[in-house]
Amino acid sequence: MNQPDLRVTIGDLVFKNPVLTASGTFGYAKEFAPFVNLHHLGGVVVKGISLAPRRGNPPPRIVETAGGMLNAIGLENVGLDRFISEKMDYLRGIGTRVIVNILGDSLEEYQTLAQRLSEVEGISGLEVNISCPNVKKGGVAFGTDPAMAEAVTRAVCAHTTLPVIVKLSPNVTDITQIARGVEAGGAQAVSLINTLLGMAIDVKSRRPKLANIVGGLSGPAIKPIALRMVWQVAQAVKIPVIGIGGITTTEDALEFLLAGATAIEVGTANFINPRASQEIVEGLGRYVTENKLSGISEVIGGLIVG
Amino acid sequence: MNQFEEQAEIVRQEQLTPEIFRLSLKAPEIASQARPGQFVMVQTASCYDPLLRRPLSIHQTIGNELVQLLYKVVGKGTRMLAALTPGQRLKLTGPLGHGFDFSDQQALCLVGGGMGIAPLYFLAKEILRTANPPKCVVLLGARTAAEFGPLPRDFMDIGVTQTHLATDDGSLGHQGFVAELLLQHLAPGNQWSVCTCGPHPMMKAVVKACRQQEWQCQVSLETMMACGISACLGCAIPRADLSGPYLHVCKDGPVFNANEVAWL
Repeated sequence: MNQPDLRVTIGDLVFKNPVLTASGTFGYAKEFAPFVNLHHLGGVVVKGISLAPRRGNPPPRIVETAGGMLNAIGLENVGLDRFISEKMDYLRGIGTRVIVNILGDSLEEYQTLAQRLSEVEGISGLEVNISCPNVKKGGVAFGTDPAMAEAVTRAVCAHTTLPVIVKLSPNVTDITQIARGVEAGGAQAVSLINTLLGMAIDVKSRRPKLANIVGGLSGPAIKPIALRMVWQVAQAVKIPVIGIGGITTTEDALEFLLAGATAIEVGTANFINPRASQEIVEGLGRYVTENKLSGISEVIGGLIVG
Repeated sequence: MNQFEEQAEIVRQEQLTPEIFRLSLKAPEIASQARPGQFVMVQTASCYDPLLRRPLSIHQTIGNELVQLLYKVVGKGTRMLAALTPGQRLKLTGPLGHGFDFSDQQALCLVGGGMGIAPLYFLAKEILRTANPPKCVVLLGARTAAEFGPLPRDFMDIGVTQTHLATDDGSLGHQGFVAELLLQHLAPGNQWSVCTCGPHPMMKAVVKACRQQEWQCQVSLETMMACGISACLGCAIPRADLSGPYLHVCKDGPVFNANEVAWL
């Protein structure tokens, strides 16, 4: 029997299937090697990298909520130099596309990251994080104003030869405006959504459960919101959309593809089932075969309305 | 270290006290690799609430086949776990983290409080299995005699000759904190190596006593964690000097040298 065709194209990049792993939920890929055949994935988006190493926020940093989790990790990462020297050798050998998520406190930092990573072999693209809710500077500050989002995108695109994906925050009034700004700035794609700002309180101690007081909500609880935003953005921009937000099963992934996403990223599901991303790849293959489709790309934007 | 994701079959679910349960699972890959002090991430339900797996220390392995977990019902996840019956299956990831180091020790003392007793049983068994077992003293603490369930007896049954108990209400053994037993039962001049697991204030008191006597001390820590494999970075704890990058309980621990971590 023929293998189902799961290939999708984003800009000039062809991915073997539309299943990527979301930044911050898959480490630097090696952590998942005992559980997942990494080369079966469409791609891996690695933990967000900043110019200097970041310690992140004080603990407690995560709290479970109904159908989701709140995190306030605060972008802890090894920094650009150690990422290149310690993590890239392994990532070059995993047999799938590696997208590096980057974050900065200033336009200059984003530019430097883009430039330096463009010189590193084995990286297929950059995902620009302008949407983390857990840091005081940078992060979401760039992602809530269409003009700022456009400026960051433009700055990154001017300093790299790699395809640029910009990851959007849902913590805005109208996400389509930010998406249009990013498109105008020259991004090859947008990915959405990052986490929704939330909080949880311990009623015994009357204290917030997170040391940072507020954090980012992720997991199945946010899926309907993410799906709605992906659908809205897919209609508002011409560039491809990568859907993120509570994708836990094959059916979830299909919903995002139908809503107009060209690819998806699996996030919190990696924590609750380390094999989730691979199981979704397998599930999409079965869906294509069982429905006698020419390929998964037939599903993209296939939502029937009215 | 090899790690596995296993669809484990429940072989036995025992209720030891009104709140404490012992679960035996058929998980041969994890069982054959696990070392005392390591843990597993346990799926408690196949729904989205609770969402995350629970980190539980390994109470013992049996015959390279079974993994046994000792847990207390404290919330929704553990309540659902307690409702599972033999024949049902649940997913386990493990063995995870670094365990206790008990090689080349002349005299070991294991100090456990509450559910912290769970991994110390595995440790005691492995210590006693070594060719020339070192001296091994076990000190256990609980709020009441009833809360111990059969655990003190279990230690005696595997050949631990010195097991001393403390309870908050004095219903069994010494009335007071288990850390107080250290100075009562360990000869001060000896080079003891202490392994402890339990509530934070208890371990803090054990660490303080060890520092006074210049005894080595290993602590097994517990924190909130989502993945257990160093991807979420949720289980951060500060280093002893409060500077530098955080340590992560899942990867750098859960067992640490007491001097590595901050005792706030």
